[in-house]
Amino acid sequence: MATSTESAITNAARPGTEPLLTIRNVAKSFGRNAVLRDISLQVAEGEFLTILGESGSGKTTLLRIIAGFESADSGEIWMGGERLDPLPPYRRRVNTVFQHYALFPHLTVEENVGYGLRVAKRPKEEIASRVEQALAMVKMTDYARSKPARISGGQQQRIALARALVNRPRLLLLDEPLSALDANLRRQMQVELKSLQREVGISFVFVTHDQEEAMVMSDRIALLRTGELEQVASPREIYSRPATAYTAQFIGHTNLLHAEVKDGVARCHSLSWRTGFRDGSALFSLRPENIRLASATAAHDVVRFRAKVRHQAFHGATELLQIECADGLALSIRTASRENRQGELELEFSAADAVPVRESPERN
Amino acid sequence: MSAGKRTARESRWLPWHAIAVFGFLYLPIVTLIVYSFNGQGVGGFPPRNLTLDWYRMLFADDAIWTSVLNSLLVALVAVGIALAFGIPAALALDRANFPGKAVFRRLVLLPLILPGIITGLSLLMLFRQTDVKLSLVTIVLGHGTALISVATTEVFAGLQKLDRAQEEASLDLGANYWHTFWRVTIPNLRLSIIGAALLIFTLSMDEIAVSFFLIGRDNTLPLEIWGRLRRGITPEINAISSIIFIFSLIAIVTWYRLRVGAEGQPQITGELLET
Repeated sequence: MATSTESAITNAARPGTEPLLTIRNVAKSFGRNAVLRDISLQVAEGEFLTILGESGSGKTTLLRIIAGFESADSGEIWMGGERLDPLPPYRRRVNTVFQHYALFPHLTVEENVGYGLRVAKRPKEEIASRVEQALAMVKMTDYARSKPARISGGQQQRIALARALVNRPRLLLLDEPLSALDANLRRQMQVELKSLQREVGISFVFVTHDQEEAMVMSDRIALLRTGELEQVASPREIYSRPATAYTAQFIGHTNLLHAEVKDGVARCHSLSWRTGFRDGSALFSLRPENIRLASATAAHDVVRFRAKVRHQAFHGATELLQIECADGLALSIRTASRENRQGELELEFSAADAVPVRESPERN
Repeated sequence: MSAGKRTARESRWLPWHAIAVFGFLYLPIVTLIVYSFNGQGVGGFPPRNLTLDWYRMLFADDAIWTSVLNSLLVALVAVGIALAFGIPAALALDRANFPGKAVFRRLVLLPLILPGIITGLSLLMLFRQTDVKLSLVTIVLGHGTALISVATTEVFAGLQKLDRAQEEASLDLGANYWHTFWRVTIPNLRLSIIGAALLIFTLSMDEIAVSFFLIGRDNTLPLEIWGRLRRGITPEINAISSIIFIFSLIAIVTWYRLRVGAEGQPQITGELLET
């Protein structure tokens, strides 16, 4: 396929850095159900990459293929000049933090963390000191002799992390490790995990369905939709420059405008704005926060319009307003909270904030 | 109103009902133990002239002790055989997919429901055909094969409860399949295996039907007791039965302690009381 080489380039790791992991045209089906189709992706040395997707998007399968628990039907995986995909899991310098941690219940915390080193037959003193360091790193030294069943979910999570990192893998895979934690602990762990990753400098591939989590932690996000990569970019870029309608809607909240472009001007109902997009019908994403109350001075390339407030939803610092223009076009806008928005508002947005996106056709 | 009355009446009868059930279950055992100390033999109520004579006679009775040793030996080897074949069968049922798996599952479990007479008779015919002399060895083979199904069901149940992610975690941490089996799978199945072993041991110890067909010159304990009963009951039998009962009790309590120690949950109490 022509697009595969193209996507391999766009999904490349940061320019100038040597990719640590290269996934090339990986596909996988379970029976007649195609779970992954032609995935190409690179992970840079020291990068925090998040594979984001809804359930059933194939994200966990992709992670399991990298770890070696599943084998791809086609395609290759390379890590640092070595082909990874023919190797069994125990020969890969990759470690995994499992969704439900999968700690060994018959071993103590200490023995759990030291498992990989003992299997590798490291000398006793080395095991002891590295286990101690790893436990100190995740602040779990006091629990060294506890059994996993006796510690809390958040603590088990730290042990799972220490057990993986103590082996100094080149790549750490994390399969929705925060999903079992409650909201406050999850937010705290997001910050800790990110700073831990910076500290150890190991590449992380993190799988989640939570777009907020992905935004907070990642250097880059790879958005997966029904087994295909929708977009791979930094959180900022994927948010402000979504490539497709699906991306724009999945990450954050957006208004999709179906417009007709003619001679560099896009028209959607009564709104029109200048665009560099080619002539014909086009889809634009306009974030609610990019529509604002009109200012006194009219700036260049700003679209002004009037609309009625239909619904007001209070979100704390901001609120989401459902508005409707005279011609029936319904939009949502995000503004600073203020009591009782009613009647008609004078609004504006910059033409540059209406981002052209590709349609996301249904797939199955 | 009437519904309220009925529940009140029911709750009045419930304790008596419970006492009757427990009595039905345990009175024979209590009687057996009490009469092992009875100075006037097996007859007579209430028991009189409490004595340890029957125990003294028992300890001097070589034939009984030989049969006890035979039974222990048979049970231990049967446990070994049943586990050696039962664990791999459970693993195959749990993780391998092969043609005829459904048939295999039924065949493995068949001896569990097959009457001992049929198992015993068919093995007897086999040994006759192949000119194998009947001895403790044939009994061991009989018990071992008949009890594979017990080992398989117990271990299979344990495997179903096992979190497969643990095995993946072990592979992920650099242990190969063999190491993973010994360091993660087997330790997780420890309780199932001990449970299976205890069950097989007990079943083998009191097995009569299969043993009856395959017995050579050496008696197992149940056959020895049965043989003596034909000549008349003596409290010596009560004495040996009491000793066996005490040992079983110790085994059950040990097993219970192990489980609580491993799982650390008091809810096991309820489960044990139910079984």
